[in-house]
Amino acid sequence: MKDESYYTTNKRGAKLNLQTIKQNWFGNIKGDVLSGIVVALALIPEAIAFSIIAGVDPMVGLYASFCIAIVIAFIGGRPGMISGATGAMALLMITLIADHGLQYLFAATILTGIIQILFGVFKLSSVMKFVPRSVMVGFVNALAILIFTSQLQHFVGEGWVMYALVGLTLAIIYILPRFTKAIPSTLVAIVVVTAIAIFANFGVRTVGDLGNLTQQLPVFLIPSIPFNFETLMIIFPYSLALAIVGLLESLLTANIVDDMTDTESNKNKESRGQGVANVVTGFFGGMAGCAMIGQSVINVKSGGTGRLSSLVSGVVLMFLIIVLGGVVVQIPMAALAGVMIMVSIGTFDWSSLTNLHKLPRTDAAVMVVTVVTVVVTHDLSKGVLAGVLLSAIFFAAKISKVEVTQIAALEGSKKIYKVYGQVFFASVNDMLDKFDFNDTVKEVEIDLSNAHLWDDSAIGALDKIEMKFEQNNIHVTYSGLNDESKHLKKRIGGFSKASGH
Amino acid sequence: MFKKILLAADGSEHSKRSAEHAINLAEKFNGTIEAVYVVDAKSSKEDVLHNVDKYKVKEERQQKIQPVLDLLDNSKVEYNVQMLHGEPGPAIVEYANQHDFDCVVVGSRGLNKLQTMVLGSVSHKLAKHVYCPVLIVK
Repeated sequence: MKDESYYTTNKRGAKLNLQTIKQNWFGNIKGDVLSGIVVALALIPEAIAFSIIAGVDPMVGLYASFCIAIVIAFIGGRPGMISGATGAMALLMITLIADHGLQYLFAATILTGIIQILFGVFKLSSVMKFVPRSVMVGFVNALAILIFTSQLQHFVGEGWVMYALVGLTLAIIYILPRFTKAIPSTLVAIVVVTAIAIFANFGVRTVGDLGNLTQQLPVFLIPSIPFNFETLMIIFPYSLALAIVGLLESLLTANIVDDMTDTESNKNKESRGQGVANVVTGFFGGMAGCAMIGQSVINVKSGGTGRLSSLVSGVVLMFLIIVLGGVVVQIPMAALAGVMIMVSIGTFDWSSLTNLHKLPRTDAAVMVVTVVTVVVTHDLSKGVLAGVLLSAIFFAAKISKVEVTQIAALEGSKKIYKVYGQVFFASVNDMLDKFDFNDTVKEVEIDLSNAHLWDDSAIGALDKIEMKFEQNNIHVTYSGLNDESKHLKKRIGGFSKASGH
Repeated sequence: MFKKILLAADGSEHSKRSAEHAINLAEKFNGTIEAVYVVDAKSSKEDVLHNVDKYKVKEERQQKIQPVLDLLDNSKVEYNVQMLHGEPGPAIVEYANQHDFDCVVVGSRGLNKLQTMVLGSVSHKLAKHVYCPVLIVK
């Protein structure tokens, strides 16, 4: 009987599952294919520019965007979301590549994926709720600032032509959408600026000057590194930072896509998917990546909501590189710098500047500290850590305010102390000062019905209060302990006398 | 005649005035109102970034159109609220045409003044593409 019912529910579950899979893939074929092409066109300049930020050949970023987009299409948790090589991740790997080389990056990428898979398997996506909003705002703002400053090096030693071309790129990107939205304006900007640079023979620096582009599909390779503990110690800190930053941005993006499409998604599945995508990418010569807010917004706005959109974007991207690789290397750095400046302007949360004075001071401080830490250390994960720690301290400070009021009773021979708030290690010292131990009363009642005892410091403090009163021959009783506090008291065995031993 | 009225609401002064007209219309014809608020990609991104969870996001959006909801609450007209996602113009056009409304009421301009000048406004798009009569409130 039991087995049978299990079987039928299971069968129905499987059937439903098949329907959702079909819906996720083929529910929106036309929209997904079109938006996938638009996204592929927008991905190419970004993947190249992020590779240059990281200090690797453009192919590393392009292979990453290709592999991640395709893997995520199949096993991601959020249909319609676009993942690939990103600025946040590229910024984290600069020193690893500079100090140890490309092979260590591939190994670190694989380890990043493994950490993310574990994160998803142990269903830790809800841990992200411990990252406060002001830290997230600081994170995206710091990211925007770093992407912007990473472009400044391309201006060093360049003449007016560079500035003019960047200006032209930005002008096309921002003005063209006012007239037509049919073609992505970044693509038009890149085509126009590349054409001008080639025909006018400006001799400006191009993508080809900064790295090689091979017109072939990625191949499977095992990173050629010594497999020992020393290697692990080199890559592990990078992988951990990459895993955390990647998941943070991916889950934020998933929430934005959830909201834009008014649907739900599985965050743990997305964490696992990001992990598998990074493992695959590492074995196929790509750099670690994550979900991209900008591209996902472009995708949904262009009508993409299904898994097909991510697959199409990856395939079209690789196809274009194989066919047009010779042209791509001639894109001037000025055009890419323009696109990156646009990306940083789009990433920055401008509303946080206009709202800064309206926010609680502590939230504003957390946001600013996150941004400053990142800009100084060039490490997004350190900024997040600093922001989380600071807001934890602010939170503890905020809730450690304990109110104590006194009420005289029984014609002055008894006093009732009412305690309001959270009694724990950070608040007990403050609380002790609020009792008058040298009182003339005979009896004291401590009313805890509006208080919560959290730890042994709380029990210890009450013991201390009791002791001090007893020294002055004042009897102490307690009232209004809530269940949880009672349980704690029992476990720790405090309240030496008043508990009635 | 005007039984089923769609009211485009963004919480601006103009949408408050349009709400008053929609209410008058509904009272006259014993109709119902559907207040529609559109969340575009930019506000989607900002709202998700600034709020703890989706309930908070929903609450904040409700607050944005509260002036309009207050007007509806104080009238005797039956109404409900619909949140749409996408570009305001096309999203309202699609919704209006799919749900057989008798009339669409919209302010001549919303919160974004600059955009109305450059792009041609939501009201313009509605007037052009919605099948039923459109009342543009100045």
